Amino acid sequence: MSTTAISVHGLVKSYKGVPVLRGVDLDVEAGTVLALLGANGAGKTTLIRVLATLQAADGGTCSVAGHDITEDPLSVRKASSLTGQFAAVDEILSGRENLQLIARLRHHSRPRQAAEDLLRRFALQEAADRRVGTYSGGMRRRLDIAMSLVGDPAVLYLDEPTTGLDPAGRAEVWQTMRALADAGTTVLLTTQYLEEAEQLADRIAILHEGRILVTGTLAELHALLPPREVEHVQKQPGLEDVFLALTAAGSGGMEESL
Amino acid sequence: MSSHVVQDTAALTGRTLRHVTRSPDTIVTTAVMPIALLLLFVFVLGGAIDTGSASYVDYLLPGVLLITVASGVSYTAFRLFQDKQSGIIDRFRSMPITRSALLWAHVLTSVTANALSLLLVLAVGLLIGFRPAAGPAAWCAVVGLLLLVTLTLTWVAIVPGLLARTVDGASAFSYPLILLPFVSSAFVPTGSMPAPVRLFAEHQPVTAIVDTLRALLAGQPVEGSIWPAIAWCAGVLVIAQVVAVRLFRRAAA
Ligand SMILES: Nc1ncnc2c1ncn2[C@@H]1O[C@H](COP(=O)(O)OP(=O)(O)OP(=O)(O)O)[C@@H](O)[C@H]1O
Ligand SMILES: [Mg+2]
Repeated sequence: MSTTAISVHGLVKSYKGVPVLRGVDLDVEAGTVLALLGANGAGKTTLIRVLATLQAADGGTCSVAGHDITEDPLSVRKASSLTGQFAAVDEILSGRENLQLIARLRHHSRPRQAAEDLLRRFALQEAADRRVGTYSGGMRRRLDIAMSLVGDPAVLYLDEPTTGLDPAGRAEVWQTMRALADAGTTVLLTTQYLEEAEQLADRIAILHEGRILVTGTLAELHALLPPREVEHVQKQPGLEDVFLALTAAGSGGMEESL
Repeated sequence: MSSHVVQDTAALTGRTLRHVTRSPDTIVTTAVMPIALLLLFVFVLGGAIDTGSASYVDYLLPGVLLITVASGVSYTAFRLFQDKQSGIIDRFRSMPITRSALLWAHVLTSVTANALSLLLVLAVGLLIGFRPAAGPAAWCAVVGLLLLVTLTLTWVAIVPGLLARTVDGASAFSYPLILLPFVSSAFVPTGSMPAPVRLFAEHQPVTAIVDTLRALLAGQPVEGSIWPAIAWCAGVLVIAQVVAVRLFRRAAA
């Protein structure tokens, strides 16, 4: 099975005349995890918001699970789910009520059961009936991710899902993501932690100056580093070295070399 | 999508109603200022006001009911603003939910909360001597008109709720709404006002609405005021709703 779950072609988007995305091309194969890397302000969140039908693109075409995002946004919304960069939960409701609400809105046949399952999966059972306003940042984030999983969407966007989590919380989220990928969910993940991309992603894409600079597996990206540099490093160079080398080198030459 | 309108609206209304029941102080806060005005005008200033009617409470109460709604809807703007700030609107917008369901949830919640505040004000009115003479049909008309006013002001409130950048900005719109009754027949008959003020007072919606409510509650014929009252509400309602829905559709930015 090698169908494309997310496909982006020539995506252009600017804010008040300031270009952010200048022609993004990206394909994510169904059932794989793609990590999108990029400096602050590179446009990662913008790309995800366009794919989640929250913002209209200025040009280009995108399709998610086979549905064009402008022609059939409803099907896109049915097939996908978003965990935004900042947790979007209802502070006045309890964790359980938040999950049940989302389950009802996703027209789940058994909203109570769906909420119960996710509370267990995300270790939120003890806090389930407390107001979310009293949750710690990590608990809030876990609830936020759990809310995105209601109804098992085929495509999941996770915008910096582990920012603000402690190492244990991060490990939990990683485990969840791996399980999702194994179950066939397509995940588009943005992250500031290159280690996270190394650990989880089938493929990695680097967004730089409004375009996708490179895409490839971790091994393919490693191969891009000039050999001279590799020699100087005792151990296998990390993704961080690759990322810094590529984004500093400027787009032109590197893009050609792939 | 349309097959889920009712389900979606019900789920989201359940949510916003919980916001109200978990901070019931908002109902009381809404009623406190109108009740204070009621007491102030009836017991302190009322003696000096000649309305030509026997009881000043009976004269004043309709205007105070309007002020109650005007201050009540600012909570709708506040709640909507919070939804926008917390990012939950974006979450809902990225889901396959009927687009208008969230706004209708806020509207239905506003109607419920305002009805409770209105009952509180009405109860205080009865305690201090308000004696309505309305029959069942007139009461129905009173409820209907108050409902129409609440719907209208709620849709008006949604606009700043969606546009505001700060909490204060979200509720500031209600100040002029609360002041408008003072330049109307709500507190004193317009006949006592200087000509230009009087001209404004007699042609603004509050006077038409208040005069209609007053006549209905007194069990008297409504004369000419009911049609302008309904026309004003319906007109503003339609405009506010169109603007609000449009803003909501492109609230992404
Ligand atoms: N609503 C907006 N109006 C104007 N400019 C915006 C808006 N949203 C984003 N931008 C600008 O677009 C650029 C890309 O922003 P975006 O949030 O997509 O970056 P990002 O890669 O997600 O950054 P970060 O890693 O900090 O989250 C930034 O320069 C930002 O200031
Ligand atoms: Mg971002």
